[in-house]
Amino acid sequence: MPSNALKPPKNSKMPGIFRHQIMIPIAALVLLALFNLIADPSFFKITMGQTSNGDPVLTGQLITIIDYGSEVAILALGMTLVTASSGGQDISVGAACAIAGSVLLRVLCGTETSPEKLHAPIIVGFLVSMLVAMIFGAFNGALVAFFKIQPMVATLILFTAGRSIAAWVNHNQLPNVNEPSFGYFGSYIPGIPIPTPFCIALLCFLVTFLILKFTTLGLYVQSVGINEKTSRLNGLNPEMIKLMTYVFLGICVAVTGFIKVSRLSTINYSVVAKDIEMDAILAVALGGNALSGGKFSMSSSILGAYVIQFLTTTLYKFDVKSDALPAYKAVVVIILVIMSAPAVREKLSQLGKKLRAEKHTAESA
Amino acid sequence: MSGLNRRGGGILKAPGKMTDTNLLTTITIAVFFVMYICAIIFLREGFLKPQAFFNILNANAALMILSCGMSLVMITGGIDISVGGVTALVAMSCAVFLDEKGGSVGMSILIALGIGLAFGIIQGYLVAYLEIQPFIVTLAGMFFARGMTTIVHTNPFNVENKDFVALKDTRVIIPFLGTTNRKGIYVPAYIEIGVLVALILAAALFFMLKWTKTGRNFYAVGGNRQSALMLGVNVKRTVFLSHVICSLLAGIGGFVYFMHVGSGSPQHASGAEMNAIASSIIGGTMLTGGVGNIIGTVFGVLSLALIQNIVSSVGLDDAWWTGITVAAMLCIFLVVQSVIIARRKKADISAADEKKEKKPVSAQ
Repeated sequence: MPSNALKPPKNSKMPGIFRHQIMIPIAALVLLALFNLIADPSFFKITMGQTSNGDPVLTGQLITIIDYGSEVAILALGMTLVTASSGGQDISVGAACAIAGSVLLRVLCGTETSPEKLHAPIIVGFLVSMLVAMIFGAFNGALVAFFKIQPMVATLILFTAGRSIAAWVNHNQLPNVNEPSFGYFGSYIPGIPIPTPFCIALLCFLVTFLILKFTTLGLYVQSVGINEKTSRLNGLNPEMIKLMTYVFLGICVAVTGFIKVSRLSTINYSVVAKDIEMDAILAVALGGNALSGGKFSMSSSILGAYVIQFLTTTLYKFDVKSDALPAYKAVVVIILVIMSAPAVREKLSQLGKKLRAEKHTAESA
Repeated sequence: MSGLNRRGGGILKAPGKMTDTNLLTTITIAVFFVMYICAIIFLREGFLKPQAFFNILNANAALMILSCGMSLVMITGGIDISVGGVTALVAMSCAVFLDEKGGSVGMSILIALGIGLAFGIIQGYLVAYLEIQPFIVTLAGMFFARGMTTIVHTNPFNVENKDFVALKDTRVIIPFLGTTNRKGIYVPAYIEIGVLVALILAAALFFMLKWTKTGRNFYAVGGNRQSALMLGVNVKRTVFLSHVICSLLAGIGGFVYFMHVGSGSPQHASGAEMNAIASSIIGGTMLTGGVGNIIGTVFGVLSLALIQNIVSSVGLDDAWWTGITVAAMLCIFLVVQSVIIARRKKADISAADEKKEKKPVSAQ
């Protein structure tokens, strides 16, 4: 029963809410918050700042977290579904983001490196890039669903080729968008003090929750992930459902690529969205979802993504160099994973029982 | 009847029919030779010289060692994506030790082995005994190794330790295969020490997997964990051992890589883990476990390197072509593998049905 793997044993006397898997990211978040509160309470200060244009915006570490954590959170939406349905992870999302961003710039700039006027409205560019990302998602999904290749291996193909394709789309040029409204999506829309990426992320969460709430997609995805054969016998089409989750991840990839490109108004093929696939997978794992598929909790994954960004921002605050960051991240991840490992939990609960029993005998004696 | 008895049980293997492992390996080896012959015919210039082949070996000795370890973990049903990070960490640590601390080459080899072993024991323990998903554990291992590399030293630099440079430049001359250049001077063919290390390790691993009990246990655990447990295989220890060997090989591979490049840099071996996985897959190892062969892996590495060489010789010099061709090759191999396995399964099932029908007839 992989779905129960990350939950504590049933005989524990904790109330229901504490047994829910969302407790894992919440516990991590509370730990990090406490740590920051003790080390430096000014971490939580939010002030009103101004952009270079004089528009009022909110600034502060927490705002940075919700701003930069949004990309991973959006990817985590798709990654959760892909993980749940196919029991594997898509490691090509970073490369696919590069492709989506490259296509977007190609549509907006044509073949010029820095056009005076955009060649197409931004929305058209975004839709085209979304279409391309969906096609690549469908390619991954087809390999996984119809050819029965393990997801990690199937997406290794796009992982290898993605950044090369992205460079090829623009003939290795680095187009620059001069239109100021293009930059709004990666920073602030004038008049709204909340970072736009967070607003976009909220919109994505809302759409996803509505889909999960009012369609049977979520149920079908879990059913396929738990047992593909039984799902087929019950009249589902596991291949189509797997394919759909990959196409959905493609949409998430397009949105992330759009935000990434908008932040810089240009693109760097080898650096853009680098290692974001690892963060997205980590978000799913931190959310307590079994990486072997089956049941999932979307809100836990989203929270997991922001926990990762919380950790990153905290480390930056303590003057950790960006190159050395992964080492600290790894230590924290390992501690979190060990704490939630079923073997460790069992031992801990046994230890607790033993202590209680000893206390009991001591009292009765 | 004797034939039927011999075949009996659930294994429906006709005499003369190859196992999945052997079939996939054969395909890889055949493709490698076909590609090489095509390269010689169409692009004779570079590929006719024996040294061209030895250069492929020289440049990919480290990757070969990493891929062998990766295959072992994949056969056991796991994955290790920390090998590239370990390689970079080993190269950087050895470089700092040799140049700034004035250490000896022998000690630096011990450091390399020690780093590999430490990673192996910790990751193996977490995966095997605490039952955490190998992907997450080795992902953290990769992050840790990459981060530690920059903590050890931030900037790339070349090592100038005399003993090390002497070792680095040592070349093993291959007799009779040299070529005479335009000026009429005989240039002998050579390989680096790293290639010898890689070939010895690959051979040792091949023999272990094929003929020792420990080696067969890896296949048993990868094929079906539950039945392996019922047959009395110590599953946890086998998984633990696979991770220890893989990381130890990553340590050795790191030193071989270091001997090839002679410098330390945080950017070293970036993406090596994915190349190692790709080589293993092209060599016929399956990520689901239980299927794989070290010889296939060696040819997988060679095929990957060869296709890159061919691409650059054809004149498609733009950087993006390498990535796209490698991915295309990987894609073709994966699809072919999956189609073959699916067809064989179908054939096996229909063969089983036929046998069931025939059985009463032969009994009469």
